[in-house]
Amino acid sequence: MTEDDLSRALARSPYASFLGPRCELRGDALVMVLPYRERLLGNPLTPALHGGAVSAFMELTATAQLFVRVGAERFPKTIGVAVDYHRIGRPRDTYARARITRLGRRVANVRVEAWQDQLDEPIATLHGHFLVRPRAEAAAG
Amino acid sequence: MGDLQATLDSVRDLVIDGSPHAVALGMRAVSLTPELAVAELPYSEKLIGDPKTRVIHGGAATALLDHVSGMAAFAALGGEAAPATLDLRIDYFRAAEPGKTLVAEARPRMATRVVAWIDALVHDGDRDDPVAVARAAFMVPEANVEQARAARAAREGGG
Repeated sequence: MTEDDLSRALARSPYASFLGPRCELRGDALVMVLPYRERLLGNPLTPALHGGAVSAFMELTATAQLFVRVGAERFPKTIGVAVDYHRIGRPRDTYARARITRLGRRVANVRVEAWQDQLDEPIATLHGHFLVRPRAEAAAG
Repeated sequence: MGDLQATLDSVRDLVIDGSPHAVALGMRAVSLTPELAVAELPYSEKLIGDPKTRVIHGGAATALLDHVSGMAAFAALGGEAAPATLDLRIDYFRAAEPGKTLVAEARPRMATRVVAWIDALVHDGDRDDPVAVARAAFMVPEANVEQARAARAAREGGG
């Protein structure tokens, strides 16, 4: 899996294109970049990025990292996520990286951090469970 | 301080129109009361996650749940200042049916003066068969209280 493979896979998804993240792949370690766009703002007075946009970006980062690790044909499905918001997302570029804490035959647990200025000052963190392979594929492979 | 419902009625459309991300996704406010907030997200091409299945991406449902929960928190916290999400937990039960409008409902479970806890769900036609459910906590940042005061003063001064 190369950076181009992942970029092409993301570009096939209209919603991912709407959010507009770029991916940077170093080996199998992924950093996603969400370039600032006005349409990502939740509150233009603060101004703050929309919490839903930040969450969606982190979900996308988790599924993209799993896509790279597993080499699946499809992005995994989300079973459930929990997001903590630590700081206001300012109108500038946002970064995210995901750590797969457990990769099972069917389900993976992933933790994601999103940050802007400093990696050790995340604006939000996510942990979630994702369905890596449906039952039939897991049984076969 | 006037009647809360009158305040909520006056800002009902602003809670979407004032939020560029909500507008860009195509959200619409349906109702906003102290007990219930409802918003919908009509199906559109840009929301599709996987072009093969044409199912809406989970991220769009996430944004809708976050937004409608924020609307409910805004009402539960007195309808004055925009609340910020502290945490959001979502369980995705199933894929939404392609072509159908997503409808999200949020209800305050509990609210103090600064924090509101919200239960929310999103469905695509039958609220007893939700696509996803969520729980969220919100608080009003000090900066937003001052911002709301300034905006109100400007409105009253100008009109």
